[in-house]
Amino acid sequence: MTRPSPLIDPIQARDRRTGLYLVLPAVIVLLLVFAYPIAQAFWLGLFANNLGTGLQPVFIGLGNYLRILGDGFFWQTFVTTFRFTIISVLLELVIGMGIALVLNRAFQGRGAVRTIAILPWALPTALIAMVWAWIFNDQFGIANDILLRLGLVSRETLINWLGQPWTANLAIIVADVWKTTPFISILLLAGLQSIPADLYEAHALDGGTPWQGFWRITVPLLLPQILIATLFRFAQAFGVYDLIQVMTGGGPGGATAVVSLYIYANAMRYLDFGYAAALIVVTFVLLILAVVLCNAWINRSRSKASGAS
Amino acid sequence: MSLGSNARQPRSPHPAPTRSLTLTNILFGLAVVAIVIFCLAPVLWQVLTSFKLTEDIIAIPNIYFPTRFTFDHYIQLFQRQPFWRYVLNSTFVAVTSTITCLAIGAPAAYALARLHPRGSHWILAGILLVTLFPYILLIQGLLQIVQVLHLANNYLALIITYTAINLPLTILVMRSFFAQLPKDLEDAARVDGYTTVQMLIRIVLPLTLPALVTTGILTFIASWNEYIFALTFITEDTMKTIPVAAAQISGSSTYEAPYGPIAAATVVGTIPLILLVLIFQRQIIQGLTAGAVKG
Amino acid sequence: MSTLQLRHLNKTFTPKVVPVKDVSLTVEDGEVLTLLGPSGCGKSTVLRMIAGLETPTRGQILIGDRDVTFTRPGDRNVAMVFQSYALYPHLTVYENLCAGLRLKKVPQSEIEQRVAEVSRILGLDQGLMTRKPGQLSGGQRQRVAVGRALVRRSDVFLLDEPLSNLDALLRERVRADLKQIFAAQNTPVVYVTHDQTEAMTLSTQVAVLNNGYVQQLDTPERIYNQPANQFVAGFVGSPQMNLLTLPCQGNQALLGNFKLTLPDLPTLPAQVVMGIRPEHVQLATANDPNLIRGEVFLVENLGMNHLISVKVPNANGEPVILRSLLPPHSPSSSELSLTLPSNAIHWFDPQSGDALVKRP
Repeated sequence: MTRPSPLIDPIQARDRRTGLYLVLPAVIVLLLVFAYPIAQAFWLGLFANNLGTGLQPVFIGLGNYLRILGDGFFWQTFVTTFRFTIISVLLELVIGMGIALVLNRAFQGRGAVRTIAILPWALPTALIAMVWAWIFNDQFGIANDILLRLGLVSRETLINWLGQPWTANLAIIVADVWKTTPFISILLLAGLQSIPADLYEAHALDGGTPWQGFWRITVPLLLPQILIATLFRFAQAFGVYDLIQVMTGGGPGGATAVVSLYIYANAMRYLDFGYAAALIVVTFVLLILAVVLCNAWINRSRSKASGAS
Repeated sequence: MSLGSNARQPRSPHPAPTRSLTLTNILFGLAVVAIVIFCLAPVLWQVLTSFKLTEDIIAIPNIYFPTRFTFDHYIQLFQRQPFWRYVLNSTFVAVTSTITCLAIGAPAAYALARLHPRGSHWILAGILLVTLFPYILLIQGLLQIVQVLHLANNYLALIITYTAINLPLTILVMRSFFAQLPKDLEDAARVDGYTTVQMLIRIVLPLTLPALVTTGILTFIASWNEYIFALTFITEDTMKTIPVAAAQISGSSTYEAPYGPIAAATVVGTIPLILLVLIFQRQIIQGLTAGAVKG
Repeated sequence: MSTLQLRHLNKTFTPKVVPVKDVSLTVEDGEVLTLLGPSGCGKSTVLRMIAGLETPTRGQILIGDRDVTFTRPGDRNVAMVFQSYALYPHLTVYENLCAGLRLKKVPQSEIEQRVAEVSRILGLDQGLMTRKPGQLSGGQRQRVAVGRALVRRSDVFLLDEPLSNLDALLRERVRADLKQIFAAQNTPVVYVTHDQTEAMTLSTQVAVLNNGYVQQLDTPERIYNQPANQFVAGFVGSPQMNLLTLPCQGNQALLGNFKLTLPDLPTLPAQVVMGIRPEHVQLATANDPNLIRGEVFLVENLGMNHLISVKVPNANGEPVILRSLLPPHSPSSSELSLTLPSNAIHWFDPQSGDALVKRP
């Protein structure tokens, strides 16, 4: 009694089919919300579609992209975004590491402090932007008040934080660091807790100082978490919108305008849909490029770290 | 830094509190105080502002310890605009998005963890990739969909979008929880005669309730806080969500900005989240960590 | 009522991972077949294929005259006890017991009657019924797991190392209980274990598995007394059987400086593997055949017995080591005379490992 044996057995095939039905809704929603807009931008970017064309698409090939090359303001927003991203993420890593190290130590009330430490992450960015705008208010803001009390400024030389280019950039970075450092410290704390304590004991027995221990044990073993957090935050900071929109609106004079704000203005205010699409494509491609490079670097560091240990 | 002797036993259940006043301990105490101030001060300042009289708010130098308190800003906030409506709107959108996201995400996560449907590798890679997408890249395309489907000023537009932007984290976190579940339980259920879907509903999901709570909280927070889509898809004033409505209070001119009501609005908008953090601190940390480690 | 038949089962995960190569077995109603073998021998995979949790790459599974090779586990009417018990942690004991019956839409009155009957057999008192598995002791959980399988009144009863999570004392008691339960069952029972005591005490048939093949399928007595090959001989029995590769001279095998007479064989081999269980190596009296003298170099006290290792001098090479299980009060001298009774000696082919003499 022989029978042809099926290549994939029916039970497994049924499981896979059920699995497909179960993931399908999620895949459809993800395609609709993530894939379609990107695909649409690639298509729409080949057309001029703005008030000048009567909001009708006119095929212009790479015209929009040529326009981007000569669009100084776009590249300015790009530099602003990049500067904001790099400085914020670096500060967040350093401060986040500090907080994680403190929270990793046992002390009374650690639970409460940990709860407080994740609070900023959970609060709405748009509202937090208002809080910080108030803190950096030129007349009544607490930032100026502290400087005044310390005697660093006088009534007449109060800093117009959000009204000058470099102080406005500083203000948005401070607000972003406050808002997202908790996220990084949570990730790093989880990593710290997975480092076996005996490594430090062995290191101490070998006569190492805590400072050396930090660089020789903590940092190498925490590298995966550090890199993941960096990648994640890099992408998020690169797309920052609500914080800056609410705090400065991109001002003064476009000094804090980031890529997101520029794209939004093109799409929603100037109704320059084709150009906005091209901007989206360029940003998307540059971001993917950055992520791929970042990822390659992560993998290299990882294999180096694991090779060393 | 602060790698004192206690740092070496981070998990000991009853840590011996260090009572001696060494230099390290003082520095450590200062560090803890600094963290608390760093995280709380801006929020507390806003809370304080919301209860100060307007003349105290704009007093120079600032008044840190006001002697007079008022509820006027809150009363104004709720009188001048339908702020209760905004609270309600935000709650409705966040709750429905959370439920939808779990309803779609949990089965998908289970399938990816256990059933190996065709193309799961690609699906997972795609999910990891989209966690890195800035929302601004989506706004124009989504607006087109919203217009074509006549979903402007319809919460469905927000619910679908919020479901989607929270799906990646939900799927990644739930998948790691499902993968940790002992496989024997599912085998026993199969032998008992459960179909895959019955098993998911009656055995697997009840067991992953903590994970559902964790991911649900994260989704709720993200949906409550979302700004750019809510700003774009909802233009009808009474339908706005809190972040958008609050951000628009500052309206008229920078110099006459109603600081009191703005402060009151931020306090009202953040209170639910502060409560969530206080109650679900553990789950939030767990979810963030699981999501990032798997991601 | 139903016979379980496995025909040439094969499970290939990848070309290099083939836990089950070719297994054919038949288990009749009321028979208890134990799949015995070291970890990784494929015994669990065979059981999981019977349950429907894995699908065979080749081969057929029949329950009665139904071909269930590709039937879903729930439709096979098999019941299984898992090593980890796999009780649903969020359901009460009662709900755990009747989950399968409810799915099969068995009427409530019958469910209650069956649960009551099984609880009586297993001694699960009423107070336990409303508890969750987390509130039970290990032994209670184990009984609930068995109960969940029993209430199903399935066509085949499967157990996957059901005793391995119990402590030693409890294990002996539950083993005895299981034996009674199996005796009352009128279905094929397949029991997977790596513990030979369980295999010996519980089963009517033992299939010793290794490397994806059935090495021997026999009654426990014959598995122990007439191992079909060197693997079975070495795997079954504790302390392990002495297995010595010996050179031959004519119809005699050389154990060190001593000679053992070979049984009648068609051809005289150059080498044989001689096997004898330590408990069969006895102190010699002067006129015993197969007499051996050696130097005692290790005495391990096992309580009931002493396991004594003896170095047998060998003029042609390394001394040969033989282990003997002797009562503790045996004379303790540094030299011992031992005898190897011919009927306790097993002879194996050194290449194939098969027994040279097939006994009826």
